[in-house]
Amino acid sequence: MQQQQKVAALSYSFPEEVLEHVFSFIDSTKDRGSISLVCKSWYEIERWCRRRVFVGNCYAITPAMVIKRFPKVRSITLKGKPHFADFNLVPEGWGGYVCPWIKAMAVAFPCLEEIKLKRMVISDDCLDLIAKSFKNFKVLVLISCEGFTTDGLASIAANCRNLRELDLRESEVEDICGHWLSHFPDSYTSLVSLNISCLANEVNFPALERLVSRCPNMHTLRLNRAAPLDKLANLLRGAPQLVELGTGAYTSEMRPEVFTNLAAAFSGCKQMKGLSGFWDVLPSYLPAVYPVCSRLTSLNLSYATIQSPDLIKLVGQCQSLQRLWVLDYIEDAGLDMLAASCKDLRELRVFPSDPFGLEANVALTEQGLVSVSEGCPKLHSVLYFCRQMTNAALNTIARNRPNMTRFRLCIIEPRTPDYLTLQSLDSGFGAIVEHCKDLQRLSLSGLLTDRVFEHIGTYAKKLEMLSVAFAGDSDLGLHHVLSGCDNLRKLEIRDCPFGDKALLANAAKLETMRSLWMSSCSVSYGACKLLGQKLPRLNVEVIDERGPPNLRPDSNPVEKLYIYRTISGPRLDMPGYVWTMEDDSAYLE
Amino acid sequence: MGSYIETELIINHKDTELRLGLPGSDDEQSCNGGSIVRSNKRSFSPETSVEEESISKSSGDSNSTTTSDRDHDQDSVQPTKVQVVGWPPIRSFRKNSLQQNKVEDGNGMYVKVSMAGAPYLRKIDLKVYKSYSELLKVLENMFKCTFGEYSEREGYNGSEYAPTYEDKDGDWMLVGDVPWNMFISSCKRLKIVKGSEAKGLACL
Repeated sequence: MQQQQKVAALSYSFPEEVLEHVFSFIDSTKDRGSISLVCKSWYEIERWCRRRVFVGNCYAITPAMVIKRFPKVRSITLKGKPHFADFNLVPEGWGGYVCPWIKAMAVAFPCLEEIKLKRMVISDDCLDLIAKSFKNFKVLVLISCEGFTTDGLASIAANCRNLRELDLRESEVEDICGHWLSHFPDSYTSLVSLNISCLANEVNFPALERLVSRCPNMHTLRLNRAAPLDKLANLLRGAPQLVELGTGAYTSEMRPEVFTNLAAAFSGCKQMKGLSGFWDVLPSYLPAVYPVCSRLTSLNLSYATIQSPDLIKLVGQCQSLQRLWVLDYIEDAGLDMLAASCKDLRELRVFPSDPFGLEANVALTEQGLVSVSEGCPKLHSVLYFCRQMTNAALNTIARNRPNMTRFRLCIIEPRTPDYLTLQSLDSGFGAIVEHCKDLQRLSLSGLLTDRVFEHIGTYAKKLEMLSVAFAGDSDLGLHHVLSGCDNLRKLEIRDCPFGDKALLANAAKLETMRSLWMSSCSVSYGACKLLGQKLPRLNVEVIDERGPPNLRPDSNPVEKLYIYRTISGPRLDMPGYVWTMEDDSAYLE
Repeated sequence: MGSYIETELIINHKDTELRLGLPGSDDEQSCNGGSIVRSNKRSFSPETSVEEESISKSSGDSNSTTTSDRDHDQDSVQPTKVQVVGWPPIRSFRKNSLQQNKVEDGNGMYVKVSMAGAPYLRKIDLKVYKSYSELLKVLENMFKCTFGEYSEREGYNGSEYAPTYEDKDGDWMLVGDVPWNMFISSCKRLKIVKGSEAKGLACL
């Protein structure tokens, strides 16, 4: 009794301001969540001083709920469409509209400084609202977003006096006019990061040059493909402090002075750590970047259609490289060189140069990845497109790199077996999950049976995201994953023979995950209805372009299924081909 | 989680299994529902004999064997593959960037070709060719002329004729200086000139 009183006295004697100050050092959403669960007073203190909110699924909660709990937010991150939208599996008009959020926040968060969106739809009106509502607006990041034009950007440029970051990574922007950039007033000097690499047309280059040269803190600049190479040298001379640069098309008519100017300009960039861009590369211009190679930690050559020898010459100079994105033109020989030269490599992504070709056009095999796994002790994140694989190779990779955290393998032809043994790749991927105990993200490909899922369920205890395509034999596969993977948050499945049984048997698991996507599987409409009824905290959305599912028998499989947990009930902005399965509680309220 | 009785899962796997196997193996190929993957593909491994396998949608189809006309079709026409939606998983942005580097099917890219002294002009579809050597060979045949060996320094030195083109800016350029993809996107028309005229261009 006395002990309890002592503890109570202690917590009441601790002023809120002190706690708030302590909490201010805690930034991670996860930790903030933990703090809020300690006791009621900590929950209260924490919610008033939370500045950053991360909403992994914009339909999991309403803007009003966020605003009510966290009244003083300065930065918000929102994600919309499911990941498979990147690969055209989500039809147009599915949703992910940010407008209701912006409207609500324009009123509630006048001090909002940052908006970061991924796979959301944002209109010019919304951009205009952002530009005019938040006086201290600093950061706008739109990753894989759509729905806006350069007119919206013009409004941002004209009104956001304190803008520091404008990042349009891979968004679809209707490019009406390159002069939007000129809307930044002459007095505006605070730009730190600009990424316009997704814009189709030329921007007003003189305006860009003036902008860059008057912003002394410019740190990141990513140009678009249309930006001419012969103007790059001048631009760089105006911003020698750049740390990250994305070039435009890396080609020009053969003029010696373009090359020498460029090389000289790069020599002046003593802080440069990251390069990207490199569309349409003219190999003879590559040596212009040699002056910065030894300091580069990040190199994105994934648009550079240059052959292995040129790639080897370039990458061989980048001994400090930590991240390399490249096309499969690098070939096994180039990866051997990478393994030998770049001992600090942490992330490797190899993209296919000819993904729809029937045969290999390059000498890139599983061997390249094995080499890198052997030579680069810090390698922990891999995305690798190739055309052949063996269990032996996967086994070797797993044993070499138990520190792997993200492993995404895409063998281009679905259901490709181990090409030496002609068996499935179950044991290879099994080795990956068994040895890489901290694996957070995994994408499977190749010929796979239910066994691989048994391995995953048994070993992949830290796995948070799993992507599956053309794999498995039966519901047992899905059951292994849902029942075994304790930390699973996102599961996306396409073209697998998974049906109702595993889903219904593991229905409760779905409430512990952010979302589940299944397309071209065998989940029946009846099962969807059942899930929707029994689990009110889930939205079970059926996507079916054949028309209303209730016009077909309950046993008929749905085309696509997207299930996500939510505390805001069914959404109201669905297009005609999406149906939310109603829950029983809807009738009780 | 609900308890799960494995015995319920005695499904006839063979009906739904879809595997790649060598022709003549026990497994019969059958439909697996979902999206279609159809390809005419040589097996990659050099050890096995080169045979084409195809995965057919209709159940009961056994492996189809190589069709001989497919072989010589390979040389002249790209065998098309029915593409599965969203596979391989590459973002649209990246896919579009790649395609801009490639010659696409669809509308051709016809440009006029003239030669001094020829009675009429010709037109060719630049998208049909994949390299300078292909293009030059065709032009040589069409106009019964020869271009010499191309070098960056000398152009088409020592030849009777040389190929030139008008670019987007309206300038007349020597064919061969810029990467092929850049060339086809900027070439508006072609003109075959006498070697002596071309020398002037090559000296830039």
